[in-house]
Amino acid sequence: MKSFRKFVDDIKPSFTKGGKFPWLKSTFEAFETFLFVPNRVTFRGTHIRDSIDMKRTMAIVVVALLPPLLFGMWNTGFQNALATGVERTVLQDFWFGFLQVFPIIVVSYVTGLAIEFVGAQIRGHEVNEGFLVSGMLIPLVLPVDVPLWMVALATAFAVIIGKEVFGGTGMNILNPALTARAFLFFAYPSYMSGSQVWISGLIKGEGIIDGFSGATALGQAAANEPVLLNTTSQPITPMDMFIGTIPGSIGETSTLAILLGAFILIYTGIASWKIILSVFAGGLAMGLLMNAFGGNALRDLPAWQHLMLGGFAFGAVYMATDPVSGAQTERGKWIYGFLIGIIAIMIRILNPAYPEGVMLAILLMNVFAPLIDYYVVEGNIKRRLKRLKVNTNP
Amino acid sequence: MPEVIKIRRGLDIKIQGAAEKIILTAEKSKTYAVKPPDFPCMTARLNVKAGAKVKAGDCLFYCKDRPQIKFASPVSGEVTSIERGERRKILEVVVTADREIEYTDFGTTDPSKLEPDQIAEKIQNAGLWPVIKQRPYAMIANPSKKPKSIFISCFDSSPLAPDLDFALKGQSVAFQAGLDALAKLTDGKVHLGLNGKYPPADTFINARGAEMHYFSGPHPAGNPGIHIHHIDPVNKGESVWYVHPEHVIQIGNLFLKGIYDASRLVALTGSEVKKPVYYKMLSGASVEPVVSGNVTGTELRYISGNVLTGSQISRTGYLGFYHNQITVIPEGKHYELLGWAMPGFKKYSTSRSFWSWLSPGGKYRLDTNLHGGERAFVMTGEYEKVLPMNIYPVYLLKAILAEDIDKMEMLGIYEIAEEDFALCEFVCTSKINVQSIVRKGIEAMIREVE
Repeated sequence: MKSFRKFVDDIKPSFTKGGKFPWLKSTFEAFETFLFVPNRVTFRGTHIRDSIDMKRTMAIVVVALLPPLLFGMWNTGFQNALATGVERTVLQDFWFGFLQVFPIIVVSYVTGLAIEFVGAQIRGHEVNEGFLVSGMLIPLVLPVDVPLWMVALATAFAVIIGKEVFGGTGMNILNPALTARAFLFFAYPSYMSGSQVWISGLIKGEGIIDGFSGATALGQAAANEPVLLNTTSQPITPMDMFIGTIPGSIGETSTLAILLGAFILIYTGIASWKIILSVFAGGLAMGLLMNAFGGNALRDLPAWQHLMLGGFAFGAVYMATDPVSGAQTERGKWIYGFLIGIIAIMIRILNPAYPEGVMLAILLMNVFAPLIDYYVVEGNIKRRLKRLKVNTNP
Repeated sequence: MPEVIKIRRGLDIKIQGAAEKIILTAEKSKTYAVKPPDFPCMTARLNVKAGAKVKAGDCLFYCKDRPQIKFASPVSGEVTSIERGERRKILEVVVTADREIEYTDFGTTDPSKLEPDQIAEKIQNAGLWPVIKQRPYAMIANPSKKPKSIFISCFDSSPLAPDLDFALKGQSVAFQAGLDALAKLTDGKVHLGLNGKYPPADTFINARGAEMHYFSGPHPAGNPGIHIHHIDPVNKGESVWYVHPEHVIQIGNLFLKGIYDASRLVALTGSEVKKPVYYKMLSGASVEPVVSGNVTGTELRYISGNVLTGSQISRTGYLGFYHNQITVIPEGKHYELLGWAMPGFKKYSTSRSFWSWLSPGGKYRLDTNLHGGERAFVMTGEYEKVLPMNIYPVYLLKAILAEDIDKMEMLGIYEIAEEDFALCEFVCTSKINVQSIVRKGIEAMIREVE
């Protein structure tokens, strides 16, 4: 390690002002601090600091994303096997899915990080770690058959328009990963919805069993099918929804894997349990209300099952909890999460144009989060002013 | 049992090196210094020249804007040097001590027989006025404005802080005399903030003429700012004064003995100290006699005060005016290969993102490494967990950064000081220098409002 550190120290001057490659300073710094926690010490204020930093925080989120990612890879192979009628082992399923999903992850990271590096260099800043998470979130919210050039385009859009124009990580208004998904959803709807896109190989249609349907549970419910069927025309059990052996975006199908991730995020103290809990509470409340009305398949679907379908759980755990685009006051977090839950289920059930409402609900509440915080902080200000008035006019 | 105000939000940092309850008399320091930078928002004017002879209690320098606020020499001797920094700002006035301290006599008086003005004048003449601080702004109290109340916080909850119940026990008479003097300076009450964890020292509980309040919970439960916030919060246009109990005793001694007695009990703490114990020292003494031969390692940081709010000094540096603690911890000038990805069994963090949560009981040898680079505000809810005040810290800090005076006022700038926000700085994932921002906000307020 010492000789490696010496090598880094030796080449360091080339990247500083007056060296050969000063225009690569941010890039060099990013790699250096990635390899080594820097030797910088406190010089004013507190003399000691907590061990946590942004890299660690983002790394934990990526770890928390592993359960849905690994499950999603396996499920990709599993769904394909069902569609083509091929017999495969668990490992073969996983390997098949890995080959489908891995390129999407690579494209997402390469595109996003390249833009981040250039952006940081132009501003003369250090490269922010935020994209380590966004780069993993983007693939997980896309259907597996999405063309790679679309992934690159959406990522570029999300990073530039969603984040960099506002000043980089910490300054953005919308969740970058959802910005990418929303971009694709509205620009290329045929690749992002319908019954063909959720299972690998279905669009090409080679070797697919006759009469095979790749429709998601929500798609069927939206079409007012009385009984939700899986791809082999058996009724979908709540257990299927919970485990996640159903078609859907790569990372969103398994509620179990997502809850595992939620446990990691909450236990380490990185995501707000208040937001996660209140999103689920809001969704349940709205679902129960709709159950009371009834009348079609979507409204009759038990409220608790709504929480396990589509991107609801994934959005609640990984998207709504983004600290930058979400509400920042503790009281605001309850309101913010609850409204996401309500609006997500409301859009899902009442709006025929969108079978899935979670993405739009979170983006909408991203926009409203500063307003919620404004009123929470305003309450604090009012209390302070009231105290002043009481004291001056006894 | 009296009512205890329970502080729930806060943090007791698990750091090694608490002082054992043994009192040693430190070898006498040859030189002593009074440092103007110890006093925020104060510009010093010299009263003596290098080479002048002074007695303990004689004025070395005074405040440029309020000349009645004087700063006294802790010992008798010769002014040997005046260290200056940028733009000739005075950094240190150094006095080489005589073998025996000669005191200037200010005369003994019973504070209860004096008028408030006479009390203030006596304290000012003896150079003791700077021990009285005020909220807003956490600076030396403005003598021309009466406070609505005075607070004495009788326990220190900061990391490795000296146990004041131990350090100040048996000093009831001097404490009471100081309290009587201070009580005359306000039309309101004098509040004592006591440790609710166990029975406080007789010095405090026997005090008369003050209202007692008990606090329990993690740091900053002992900060005067927190006590003021919970009992008598500062509003716009008001001021509250607060004095450290050690200094109350100094004021008491001024009235009882007629001298400026700068002696105090100092806790020598920190993981790198071989024998962390209490020392009897004078304010402004060089720390060299107590640390030399008593520390391990070479790359060390010497701090006058505690690890959160203290100031960095050299191995031969001087104890700060307000400090009764010296901390020695290792410097952290080292790289760590992929440190952010390692399990981190020995890394202290309030989050559970390192595996050190497996050993919850342990104490840590913490160094000065930043553990990362500075970033924009990203994480939320971190500061709130360690700030037991009804204040939105991030919004207040952002108002300061935007230099929005109205917003700062509305969000509670009058109630805060750096020390109350020190834990926010410690836990910050983005490594933001929170205390510097707070001071910047306070300076802006003084410039624009006062």
